[in-house]
Amino acid sequence: MEQHLIYASASMVLFCLGLYGVIAQRNLLRKIMALNITGSGVFLLFVSIAQRDAVDFADPVPHAMVLTGIVIALSSTAFALALARSIHRETGRQTLRGEPSREEEADSQREQSG
Amino acid sequence: MSAMEWALDGVLAAAITVVAWRALTVREHFQAIVLFITFGLLMALAWVRLSAPDVALAEAAIGAGLTGVLLLDALHYMGLFPVRKQTGETQVEKGLSARWARLLAFLALGGLGVVLLGVVFNLPREAGGLAGQAQGAMEKSGVEHPVTAVLLNFRAYDTWLELGVLLLALIGVLCARGETTLASGHNLSPKGQVLDWLVRWLTPVLVIVAGYLLWLGKTTSGGAFQAGVVLGAAGVLLWLSGEPVLERLPGVLWRGLAALGFAAFLAVGLASVMAGRYFLEYPEGWAGALILWIECAAAVSIGCTLAALFSAMHPPRQSQLSLEKQPKEGTE
Repeated sequence: MEQHLIYASASMVLFCLGLYGVIAQRNLLRKIMALNITGSGVFLLFVSIAQRDAVDFADPVPHAMVLTGIVIALSSTAFALALARSIHRETGRQTLRGEPSREEEADSQREQSG
Repeated sequence: MSAMEWALDGVLAAAITVVAWRALTVREHFQAIVLFITFGLLMALAWVRLSAPDVALAEAAIGAGLTGVLLLDALHYMGLFPVRKQTGETQVEKGLSARWARLLAFLALGGLGVVLLGVVFNLPREAGGLAGQAQGAMEKSGVEHPVTAVLLNFRAYDTWLELGVLLLALIGVLCARGETTLASGHNLSPKGQVLDWLVRWLTPVLVIVAGYLLWLGKTTSGGAFQAGVVLGAAGVLLWLSGEPVLERLPGVLWRGLAALGFAAFLAVGLASVMAGRYFLEYPEGWAGALILWIECAAAVSIGCTLAALFSAMHPPRQSQLSLEKQPKEGTE
């Protein structure tokens, strides 16, 4: 197996893991973190392909796009965190409406069994 | 590829996957964030292995550094106030159906993963890419490093709009904050001699490192992004140690600095249109000098925007006071 294939396969696993995290995690911070991992998966695939297409140097176009992408991921993370903080400030919650937090879920299960 | 290298890449790829999985599933939020920072550092190693040192530098500073700081800071802030109970809305069925939904998502994404892996293994082994084209145009680009040439010459448009996105994020954060100033009235840090001394030494070192990285961009890995992020880190460090530099600057000045990179690109682009060329097409022989100036402006701009993003996350003093009251009212 060539080097770029090792990382390319890891990248797709990361992408799916991150997407699963976005769906399965309730806490907004954890969702944002999962989204970042999804993004990293995409970046890793790009750079793996750049390595495959290397001549004297690795293909610089995907490198430049990933650099741009990392900065954009950071800015959207910052904006998402600001929104999460406002949601918390307004409602006192760390989850979206309709999604019970872990504590609330545990409470309701206890009520059910009790 | 030797067996040793193969083993190194295999172990690194496996470690990245396992750390990501742990970061997503571990129970404690704090632990998850620390794992996420570890993930960023491992990714930086992977970039080095894939001969992308530029991306590695940015990842180490952003993915592992700044994103981690932002997440930890948000966790601290959200942990300050107890989670208010949702009244009446949480039902038992919801809890159970959520579990099924998670299982379904797991199965669906597992299937997607298998499909994607199949696609990756069936990609053509050779597709050319744009490396050859980039190599052919290097002489005219005004710089010697291919990644810098792509970022600031061949695809300068992308970089210009990226600075626009950064600026938009800052505007968005300021809107979510509901305040146009950066004043936060915080006094987080217990002042101490060691901290004072450290910050006094580290800040100039960070500024020098940023300048050096900026200069390196012409010939090798480095450039405006990496320099800007290091500058931004210096701003965050100063904020955390109780010296919020940006807050002390007049509002016009830090806003101007944050918009400088975008404006510099726009000015060069408009000038090239006026001179009858395409937007952002540099005149013959001028590319090197123009790129240097744009990069300086972009680095200052990125640094200022990142530091401002961090400061703007913290609510002003008044609303902090009202916050402390709010949860109590809610529970009564």
